[in-house]
Amino acid sequence: MLKIEDLWVSIGDKQVLKGVNMSVGEGETHALFGPNGCGKTTLLSTIAGIPRYQVNEGTIWFKGVDITRMPMHERARLGIGIAFQHPPTIRGLKVSDMIKLCNPQADAGKILKDLDFVEFADREVNRGFSGGEVKRSEMVQLLAQEPDFVMLDEPDSGVDLENIKVIGRAINVLTQKDQKPSARKKSGVIITHFGHILDYMSADKAHVMIEGTIVCSGSPREILEQIKVNGYEGCVGCLCPV
Amino acid sequence: MSMSRLEEKAKKAKDKEAALGTDIDIDSYEAESEEMGEIEALEMLPEDVQTAALSAGVSLTGESAGDYFQVDQSAVHRGSSVEGIEVMDIGTALREHSYLADYYWKLVPIDTDKYTADVGMHPPAGYFIRAKPGTVSTFPLKTCLFMGGKNKRQRVHNVVIAEEGSRLHIITGCTTPSHAGRGLHLGVSEVYVKKNAHVTFTMVHNWGEEVEVRPRGASRVEAGGSISENYITLTPVKSLQAFPTATLAGEGAVASFNTIMYARRGNIDIGNQTILEAPRTSAESIARVVSTGGEIINRGRMVGKVPDVRAHVECVGLILTEKGRIYSIPELDGWCGGLDMSHEAAVGKISQVELEYLMARGLSTDEATSVIVRGFLDVEIKGLPPALKEEIQKITKLEEIHGGS
Repeated sequence: MLKIEDLWVSIGDKQVLKGVNMSVGEGETHALFGPNGCGKTTLLSTIAGIPRYQVNEGTIWFKGVDITRMPMHERARLGIGIAFQHPPTIRGLKVSDMIKLCNPQADAGKILKDLDFVEFADREVNRGFSGGEVKRSEMVQLLAQEPDFVMLDEPDSGVDLENIKVIGRAINVLTQKDQKPSARKKSGVIITHFGHILDYMSADKAHVMIEGTIVCSGSPREILEQIKVNGYEGCVGCLCPV
Repeated sequence: MSMSRLEEKAKKAKDKEAALGTDIDIDSYEAESEEMGEIEALEMLPEDVQTAALSAGVSLTGESAGDYFQVDQSAVHRGSSVEGIEVMDIGTALREHSYLADYYWKLVPIDTDKYTADVGMHPPAGYFIRAKPGTVSTFPLKTCLFMGGKNKRQRVHNVVIAEEGSRLHIITGCTTPSHAGRGLHLGVSEVYVKKNAHVTFTMVHNWGEEVEVRPRGASRVEAGGSISENYITLTPVKSLQAFPTATLAGEGAVASFNTIMYARRGNIDIGNQTILEAPRTSAESIARVVSTGGEIINRGRMVGKVPDVRAHVECVGLILTEKGRIYSIPELDGWCGGLDMSHEAAVGKISQVELEYLMARGLSTDEATSVIVRGFLDVEIKGLPPALKEEIQKITKLEEIHGGS
């Protein structure tokens, strides 16, 4: 589904990603761990195609297509979806209209109901939303968009337990974890700091990123346990296969 | 003041340049227009006139409280469908209602500038609308000022009186046929809102690219009354300058102005001022303007004369192209202590983050720009009847409104 080869990315003069290699297969969901500022958000933003993230070297393959230089909206139309951590307010645009923009065929009523978001249908997108509401709004949009590959940047930050459950459920739908493994076609990558969300959704594999490279890959549970015990320092020089 | 005295004052001001806006050579436009006969029903209007009216927010179908339709200088149709609401052409009203002399040219001085003087020196045309005390109209009164001929000078003088406890919604579409050439529209509007009366006054300008427009408006609101004035211009115009004034004369009176402008070319100098001269009055002026090449001067002025008044001005503008100019001028003029006036002004571009957000959902740059601009212009105008709200939303959703073009 997604293959990243020796990806070097800078923002302005700052080199953030330094040779990232990563591969996410069809039906797989990966978690991405790492300390603040290590480049996790940069990786997702680069895959999404946000212009200020400049690719200096390397290739991003998606469904066999080299998308490294592809404009953002074309990537979205090809099946890449992203939930933003701090999305902007869109003045004058109602949530219900945003759903239609994401996908005119989407069953807005059902999506809003599933995310307990019906009363927000006529509100302007993200205007005056609380932390949990912003996250649910992002999930609503992604469920409408139905991407084949979904990227989630800290969907559990600043969110209470009730909201984490709802969001975890939505992620499982987006990544088809509610279906049997052989039927799963959709994939995803999720950034999480504390792994709370992993209690409510399932990830097949995890990676640890430190200073712009992936230093460790393996089972999400094991890696999370290691980080809890030894911190991220313990991941440096770890012998886990990358 | 007698008519002859008024004419005398007008004559003295016939060369007086306006305080704001580019100067216009009035005499380069024909002073006289062909008289047109009355029609029995609005449906009998030629199709291009109906289309032009529609694009200025005036649909000739649907429920209405009454209508007034003027082509050049001729009132071709008027009538009221609500008991207690009078709709007449101003000439007839002046002949039939002697009391109108107390209102005619009382809010807008006839010698304001050469444009008001020109209106005053010629036979009156325009509408007179009066709601008798306590009359409530839920449906809009639809009025249309249509300039059909080329090189014409259209002069209009409207007077609206909402008597105590009444409620009126007026929409005025000012428009030309799509093929119209140069023209000059001069419009005077005087709106009286008596005690506890409520008026919404919406004006949509949909002129041609060679039309110059100089409306002169003023309203006066008595205790407990309110006025909501909305000005919308989304299609190109050669030049437009207007600066209507609302005077809040009675305790607790409220004024709200909403201005929506979109200029691809041309010169627009638009704004409004509210004079708060009674306690516990409040006013709000919100302007959302977009330039894709045109020049917009956007003024919002509040004058607080007594304590215990509140006023807020919001002038926000987007420039979407390399060329184009938006000059935002919020002005707050406080004359005493104990008042509360504030403003918010911004001129800028579309936020890159907002664009990227929508593009991540699959919208192209142009589509995302268009969504953001429409949202920006979609000001929530309070107090409008649903039918009118819908018409205005339709206008702001016109296909042609999108950035970069």
